Amino acid sequence: MNTLRLRAAAIAAAFVAIAPLSQAHNAWLLPSGTVFSKADTVSVDAAVSNDLFVANHAPLRLEGLQITAPDGSTVKPESEAKLKQRNVFDVPVAQAGTYRIAVINGGAFASWKDKATGQNKRARGTPETIAKEIPADAQDVSITQSSGRIETFVTVGKPSALKPIGQGLELISSGSPTDLAKGEKASFTLHLDGQPAKDLEVTVTAGNTQYRDKLEEFKVKTDDKGQFSVTWPSAGMYWLDVSTRDNKTTVPNAKERRLSYAATLEVMP
Amino acid sequence: MHIRYSLAPLAMSALFAAPAFSASLGVNIEVPRLNVSEYHRPYIATWIERADNTVAGTLAVWYDVRTKTNNPEGEGTKWLKDMRQWWRRGGRDLSVPIDGVTGATKPAGKHQLSFTDGSAPMPQLAPGSYKLVVEAAREVGGREVVSIPFQWPPTSASQPTASGKEELGEIKLELKP
Repeated sequence: MNTLRLRAAAIAAAFVAIAPLSQAHNAWLLPSGTVFSKADTVSVDAAVSNDLFVANHAPLRLEGLQITAPDGSTVKPESEAKLKQRNVFDVPVAQAGTYRIAVINGGAFASWKDKATGQNKRARGTPETIAKEIPADAQDVSITQSSGRIETFVTVGKPSALKPIGQGLELISSGSPTDLAKGEKASFTLHLDGQPAKDLEVTVTAGNTQYRDKLEEFKVKTDDKGQFSVTWPSAGMYWLDVSTRDNKTTVPNAKERRLSYAATLEVMP
Repeated sequence: MHIRYSLAPLAMSALFAAPAFSASLGVNIEVPRLNVSEYHRPYIATWIERADNTVAGTLAVWYDVRTKTNNPEGEGTKWLKDMRQWWRRGGRDLSVPIDGVTGATKPAGKHQLSFTDGSAPMPQLAPGSYKLVVEAAREVGGREVVSIPFQWPPTSASQPTASGKEELGEIKLELKP
């Protein structure tokens, strides 16, 4: 009985861990800086919380961490530490140009009815492993694929162009994403699998939410070309997020794909 | 015959006078004396901006140019980006140190700079409207940008001024046709 209860707790914990993909909490990366004049080290907080950018809930899992240097090479994080409410890592930035620091979540979850007991069951896995989680005699099986990207950008010296990913939801910045300033208008294009994502609602929220009575987020809709623009009302760190769903799944038997994207952008005074 | 001789010196003088027509520009920057417990001299960038906010030329950058840890660029290059506007508009395109442009930080007081059109670091300016921009950023202090619009080439001698409130004192632009 005890072991059963423990196992249930473990499963519950597993579901808490996939919280970043749900709407319940905000998943974010917070770099110590986004503009550098020379080779330096960027310290990044990775967390999941309601308050932006206050690490008061859970760490953001870093299995899908991918840091790309301006020349396209992969950079290894340093001094990685797993804290109770945040994960922390350093990124040595040596090359001139723009770095992309991203956490990519690709997963699948399934729900079904157990044939013997009639109870509802759920499981989580990767697109490759999810099929193994489901018993052969399961009834009312529903599989959903998820694809998420949480990222931020850092520039040393002069910004360089970022190579588009072409997969999932993605933000394409017309200028450099590290060149934003208060009162100025920045233009972006939202892509879904490399194609303009039209008619999606992008939410922009300024950080320091704990010091405001209202969230004061604003929503911008992408146009026919997937484009939208933001005029930054004040300086600070901003969190930009968007999510959608479609049926372009790559997991066998999955009916739905849930996509999410979040970026942390710094706006200078 | 007489005419021919008298014309020659005139033509000669016109030839030699030509360089005198290239206008000059003086900048006087006041670094204010501040009553603070921890004081560091401000980093200051001075540049000329075109009407569309692009940089026509950087005239001076004062930062910590000491090379005590064998850093040939100077100790202060890490903080050049704190002169945010200059950095974003053109500072990051340059590679420091630059002869005649970069120099050590300056103490409180007035500092005079003189430039001549087309003679480095002053660019050859096409006729039009420009802005002189001075940006100061101080460690454990603030940042301030002061700008003075002007027309080039100047038609008469003038000395427009502007004043900073915190990190910069009086900025004087001296235009000489």
